[in-house]
Amino acid sequence: MSVLVIAELDQQKVKAASRSAITAAQQIGGNIDVLLIGNSVEAVAQELAKVSGVTRVLIAQSADYANALAENYAPVVESIAKNYLHILAAATSFGKNLLPRVAALLDVDMVSEVIKIVDASTYVRPLYAGALNATVNNSELIKLLTVRATAFDAAEVGGNLASIEAVATLGDKGLSRFVNENIQKSERPELSTARIIVTGGRSLGSAEKFEEVISPLANKLNAAIGATRAAVDAGFAPNEWQVGQTGTVVAPELYIAIGVSGAAQHIAGMKDSRVIVAINHDPDAQIFQWADYGLVADLFDATKELTAALN
Amino acid sequence: MKVLVGVKRVVDHNVHVRAKADGSGADIASVKMSINPFDEHAVEEAVRLKEAGIATEVIVITAGDAPAQDVLRHSLALGADRAILVDSSVGLHNLAYAKVLREIVKREAPQLILLGKQAIDDDAAEVGQMLAALLNVGQGTFASKINIADGKITVTREVDAGQETLELNLPAVITADLRLNDPRYIKLPNLMMAKKKPLEIIALADLHVAAESKVVTMNVNEPPVRAPGKKLNSVQELVEALRNQAKVI
Repeated sequence: MSVLVIAELDQQKVKAASRSAITAAQQIGGNIDVLLIGNSVEAVAQELAKVSGVTRVLIAQSADYANALAENYAPVVESIAKNYLHILAAATSFGKNLLPRVAALLDVDMVSEVIKIVDASTYVRPLYAGALNATVNNSELIKLLTVRATAFDAAEVGGNLASIEAVATLGDKGLSRFVNENIQKSERPELSTARIIVTGGRSLGSAEKFEEVISPLANKLNAAIGATRAAVDAGFAPNEWQVGQTGTVVAPELYIAIGVSGAAQHIAGMKDSRVIVAINHDPDAQIFQWADYGLVADLFDATKELTAALN
Repeated sequence: MKVLVGVKRVVDHNVHVRAKADGSGADIASVKMSINPFDEHAVEEAVRLKEAGIATEVIVITAGDAPAQDVLRHSLALGADRAILVDSSVGLHNLAYAKVLREIVKREAPQLILLGKQAIDDDAAEVGQMLAALLNVGQGTFASKINIADGKITVTREVDAGQETLELNLPAVITADLRLNDPRYIKLPNLMMAKKKPLEIIALADLHVAAESKVVTMNVNEPPVRAPGKKLNSVQELVEALRNQAKVI
């Protein structure tokens, strides 16, 4: 009985969310194989082999896999799927793009965004932007699930020594081609795994004010920067900063929401943060119902004062 | 070229959904229903393709019972040409719905299939990818921009680290993100006109797709609410609380 975890690359490293998926696999039980698809991934495979709980690292490497095209990756997963009772990936844009394609190739239904493993075939996942939780049973012969990284601690990289084996590559299916990407390199912590996040809303008023108010506080706290959908739509912040039902789901130790109204779709992406702080001039803002510490104040003055007080 | 757009009738995004007292599901008996917001962006994009002279016909489809016709009429009012209701009294799980769409694709032979990236009821985001696999075509999920030229579609996708652009052969499946476009407001005359556009009803049984799923919901409940927080009076109090109570900075 084995579980397969599909790993994801992040700038030639293992994405932390993949190590959360390995933790979820440990809760299911059995041997854990990790599949890594890419181009020249030996160094990453060696890093993966050290992650606790991993039995084998399987690598499928080819120039055809230099970019994560679901059309080319899914057949590789399908080709080894019959060896497993469970196939897991983190519910990142990579995992959510790939796993449903694999499920259809295997003719099985799947379970997405799992936040709790009850037993090997029973899981909890949110519905309606987290307003409800559903307990679902999956009786497919091969059970596919994406798991939300914030709900599972990342498995440690340590003294483990898994074997590394190659699996057959299947070439380019010729359906899709990578053109380019627009990914801003940042010195800040990654949003999905940051310990502290400072998030700005539409009340900031402009991209310039967003930068002027949010960045110094984030710098002071070594925090990632988040944004509401309204702030992204208004052009104050790039899409990869969006927190919420349709952006990144986060659960940091400290979440500071500045000028955020607290729409249900935003709350869905941050309500499991350990400590939530809200600063908003509107005492009736929904965000205060979720905040451990609320401050009704002019957000420009209060944030400046907070940044200065952290010296 | 024909464009097929899949739409879904869901609880309106402004409704706070509660669980039924017996935990058997979401209590949606008397709440406002609307077109899934992501699907509305998909319809809008298809209509814009027609207005640009790229699409020749826009067909919208949903599966459900009679009330599901609402979202088809809404899509027709946005500018779709005709609608298909796959009549099913049982809710279809994602793989079964993808198979229903495959059957309609076989009949209609669209060059482009547009769906919302996820439905805001079950938030699964699976159907588009499943359909693309069943059709053995390319997929452009979480799309914020598309461009069609020379028999190919270029799609910009919103991914965790930023944006990625792919080129796909046609036919292809695209799933719409919210920044793909701003759906138009529906004017009253368009609403009237939509009532006269063709709406075909196909029985689920005629498509020979099994409705059963091996993924079954056992129980639905409301997650625990956060304990009420404190309103503080000053930034100093906040810094004090974060340092000494929460011990988080």
